Amino acid sequence: MEISVQNLTKVYGPQTAVDGISFEVKKGEIMGFLGPNGAGKTTTMKMITGYMAPTSGDVLIDGVSMREKSDQIMKKIGYLPENNPLYLDMPVLKYLRFIAELQGISKRSVNDQIKKMINLCGLNNEKHKKIAELSKGYRQRVGLAQAMIGDPEVLLLDEPTSGLDPNQIIEIRNLIKQLGSEKTVMLSTHILSEVEATCDRILIINKGTLVADGTPASLRQQSQVNEVLQVRIEESDEQVKVKLALEELETVLKITDLPGRKGGFKIESKSGDSSKKEVFNLCVKNKWILTEMIPLETSLEDVFRELTV
Amino acid sequence: MNKIWILARKELSSFFDSLVAYIIVILFIGIAGLFTWWLGNDIFLSRKATMDSFFAITPWILFFFIPAMTMRTFAEENNTGTIELLLTKAITDWQVIWGKFVACLILILITFAFTLPFYISIWWLGNIDHGAVWAGYLGLFLMSAAYISMGLFTSSVTNNQIVAFLLALIAGIFFHFIFGLLAGSFSGTTGEVLNFLSFTSHLQSMGGGVIDTRDLLFFISLTLLGLVLTESALAKRNVSD
Repeated sequence: MEISVQNLTKVYGPQTAVDGISFEVKKGEIMGFLGPNGAGKTTTMKMITGYMAPTSGDVLIDGVSMREKSDQIMKKIGYLPENNPLYLDMPVLKYLRFIAELQGISKRSVNDQIKKMINLCGLNNEKHKKIAELSKGYRQRVGLAQAMIGDPEVLLLDEPTSGLDPNQIIEIRNLIKQLGSEKTVMLSTHILSEVEATCDRILIINKGTLVADGTPASLRQQSQVNEVLQVRIEESDEQVKVKLALEELETVLKITDLPGRKGGFKIESKSGDSSKKEVFNLCVKNKWILTEMIPLETSLEDVFRELTV
Repeated sequence: MNKIWILARKELSSFFDSLVAYIIVILFIGIAGLFTWWLGNDIFLSRKATMDSFFAITPWILFFFIPAMTMRTFAEENNTGTIELLLTKAITDWQVIWGKFVACLILILITFAFTLPFYISIWWLGNIDHGAVWAGYLGLFLMSAAYISMGLFTSSVTNNQIVAFLLALIAGIFFHFIFGLLAGSFSGTTGEVLNFLSFTSHLQSMGGGVIDTRDLLFFISLTLLGLVLTESALAKRNVSD
């Protein structure tokens, strides 16, 4: 199934929370939805799930508008809402059964589905407890289990790993990745390393408008203009001489010392040029010992800050 | 229909799990029994095999109990955010409303079922007017339906259960007392309209054993009005200013 968001807009009173955004998520794709607080992520998610009607624009899932809220589409969507709301007075098993029945899972497969989710989300020891008695991490697992029950073709997860311990985060990431190959997944998060680890595509939203759309690698490239190298040359006596020689290289734009690291420099090349060869050749010529040469990539954090601050 | 029943079953089991159901049933039987057999028109003294005192006291018990029953329905879901969970499943707003309505109505029916021994004992004691009893029960049932739908509405407009309870009680005060009282002090059309709006006048006419279409229509349309208002409160999330 394919999610197609067309010119989606939501206006609350004087405030435009989401301002005409359009994108598509294809089957087999895991889309990471990023943005600072209040950027409109959750509002967008709520409109995609059909909980809220957009002021204008539309969301189509497999060509069917979410304004119609048809049962056929709704039961193919697994949704983990923001803050993971749960019926705290229900025991885990009873709760999952309730959700499975609401989603119209056939009587024959309800038990199998519940068993599968209990195993998948590691809830076996907690399954008879009331949800109110569970810790935050276990509640999060219950939230994920209810979203994934019945193998929905579309998964919409609002901060899926919040409250989980590091081991669990890795498990859930792997699970999402594994599911993502056959489903359409969209997840929102604040954790940038998570997006890097799980998502094929990133969407960044700021103040209600889309500011970036692409793979993690392509976004990093886009925001980086010049090549930056971190090098270290083991010539303790001739630091100044080395620096001068480096500055004279044709391709080099700027050199800065790396504070606290003897013989370390940060070399920014001129636009479009690469200094790797030149630095290496210079060292060979002078018989300097080059112990480090690392191309510095812009991190997603840098991209995120650049686009949203 | 199936989805309505799935939700109604879940609501009912949370009534029983949270002890609300037991408290309501026990208090209801206790108070109604007290008034039917002893405090009201003591049937052993008056030597009349009627359930008049039961039908006189029950509306007042329901006046408090129904808001207590309905206050949680939507207000708690609004408060914890589970309403979003529910409405993004393969269930429509109307199915959610009917599910909760049916659950409350079933709890009321269970409560009434526990008062059947009163009926049977009086029947055994003397010559009871069966028509009047069943019409009286029907009147109570319809009144409960109308009052429940009002309670669902007041619960759907807030995320605070106390507010939901008090708003339903205020609506109840009007239908139980104020319309009836005011009807006495107005003559002509105003008086008739106010009298028509009062629960008491309809219950009295049904308690006499007469099932009038106007009484049925009054309670049924009030019920539907309450449910439509609830739906519009749920749909408000879609409206943007």
